[in-house]
Amino acid sequence: MERIPILKMGEFLLVTIQVDMHDRLATTLQDDLTERIVKARAHGVLIDISSLEVVDSFIGRMLGNIAAMSRVLDAQTVVVGMRPAVAITLVELGLSLPGVRTALNVERGMDLLRAALRNGGAENGMDGSPQD
Amino acid sequence: MEVLKTDRQPIRGTEDVVLVRQAVRAWAIELGFSLVDQTKIVTAASELARNAVIYGGGGHVNLDALSDGARRGLRLSFEDEGPGIKDVEQAMKDGFTTGNGLGLGLSGAKRLSSEFEIVSALGEGTRVTITRWK
Repeated sequence: MERIPILKMGEFLLVTIQVDMHDRLATTLQDDLTERIVKARAHGVLIDISSLEVVDSFIGRMLGNIAAMSRVLDAQTVVVGMRPAVAITLVELGLSLPGVRTALNVERGMDLLRAALRNGGAENGMDGSPQD
Repeated sequence: MEVLKTDRQPIRGTEDVVLVRQAVRAWAIELGFSLVDQTKIVTAASELARNAVIYGGGGHVNLDALSDGARRGLRLSFEDEGPGIKDVEQAMKDGFTTGNGLGLGLSGAKRLSSEFEIVSALGEGTRVTITRWK
């Protein structure tokens, strides 16, 4: 079965979505990631969506679910690389990705994850609320 | 208003949603849509194609490239022969869903389009037509 690869980098997991995902592939990624967070004892997940030309409500919901589930498992999620046209469309669609931390690129995303780890993860610094 | 080109694509399962996105993207590029306009109509198409599968049990989409004077537009008509929508007004509200989605499909697709029309008859099916003008 087709799968999106999950890479481990130290205490973090790295996912780069490079294909136009059909719904089942997105659901599989969500399940795989949850399992890997526990197995790898990961404290952070970085999802690079810079190749995604479309984020619809299904993929948006998947990103929100991943962020919520990883938070419960004591890991932070940062979504990086959203294209400007995708951001404009998401907001008009009515999706503001509540609870999902975002960063401009992979480098800044990694900085956020490292800072969160230094500050004690879920309790301090990164509570996942969109405004902070 | 003139129809420059027309085509029909089946939407049988969620895999076909990807194919609809790709077709709509190709047509939007051909019509000279900006990147933002392309993204908006492709996203709206993705929502409506998925709705046709999940709530309508599958159907098809008619694609029409339109010309109206100097204007160019893309019209997409999603048709299914599913159970139909009992209360269209309620279905159009943000956050309302009878499935397990976010309830943004119809209302979001409307916001992403220049024109929006929905016709639904109980027991007969639903047709959602959107047009985006360049």
